[in-house]
Amino acid sequence: MPQTHDLNLDAAFAALADSTRRAILARLATGEATVMELAEPFAMTQPAISQHLKVLESAGLVVSRIEGAKRPRRISEDGLAAMDEWLAMLRTALESNYDRLDKVLASMKQPAIRRGKKK
Amino acid sequence: MSKLTLLTEGETHIVVTRRFQAPPEAVYRAHTDPKIIPQWLLGPEGWTMPVCINEARPGGKIRYEWTNGQGRGFYLTGEYLELEPGRRTVHVERMHLPDATPDNHVETRFEKDGTGTLMTMRMTLPDAQTRAAMLATGMEHGMEASYVRLEGMS
Repeated sequence: MPQTHDLNLDAAFAALADSTRRAILARLATGEATVMELAEPFAMTQPAISQHLKVLESAGLVVSRIEGAKRPRRISEDGLAAMDEWLAMLRTALESNYDRLDKVLASMKQPAIRRGKKK
Repeated sequence: MSKLTLLTEGETHIVVTRRFQAPPEAVYRAHTDPKIIPQWLLGPEGWTMPVCINEARPGGKIRYEWTNGQGRGFYLTGEYLELEPGRRTVHVERMHLPDATPDNHVETRFEKDGTGTLMTMRMTLPDAQTRAAMLATGMEHGMEASYVRLEGMS
C-alpha cells in the first residue's frame, strides 16, 4: 500500500467533507478565481472563504499565484483527482438509484403486460 | 455497463439520460407515484425516504424527505408546472440543507426507445455558479455529476 498517497487522500477527503469547500473546488475546476470572486456566489464573507481556502491549500487541492495585489487560486492536479473521486462516488449513488429503478420496473412489468394485452 | 450519461449544456444546464427496459408509461409512473418513488430515489446505501409527497398535476406539490437513520437528513420541495402523462413532466425543485438552494427547473421526457424508454432530464439552474455549487454539494436526489472534470479540463 502506498502510504504517502493514502495520507494525501485522507487530507483531501477531510477537506472535501464540507459542502462549501466542495463548491469552491468545483468553481475552481472551471477556472482561476480570486477570494472576492469566490465569496460572491456563496453569500459568505471573504475571511470565511479564506479560511476554507486555507484548508483546501494545506490539503494540496488548491494552489495560488501572485498577480500584483491579487492572489488568484486555482485547482491543483491533486484537487482535480480528489474532485473526480468525489464525483465518482456521487455518480455511483446516482447509478444505484437507477439500478434500483430497473428492479422496480421489472417488478411492475407483470401487471402492466396483463393490462396492456387488450390494446 | 453504464447506461447513464451526464453532461452540461451551456452555462446553466445539466442533461442526464438513461435507458430503461420498460415502456415510457411505466418509467413515468415510477417517477410520479409516491408509493413507488421511495423504493428507488434514495442516493447512497443506507438512506431511506420516510416522507414522499408527489401530486402529479399542474401546481401539484412535491416533497421528499430523506434520512440516514442516524440523525442525518434533508428534504426537497417542488411544484409541478406541466405534465403530459406517460411522456413528460416539468417541475421546479430546491433542496433544503437546511437552507433552500436556488430553484432547479427540471424537464423530464420519457420517450419510446425500441421496447424500452429513453429518459432525458434537462435541468436549468439560475446561473453557472449555482450549477457548480449544486453538483458539488451532493445528494441532489443522487443527481450529482462528473461534469466538473469535463468542463474543468477544457
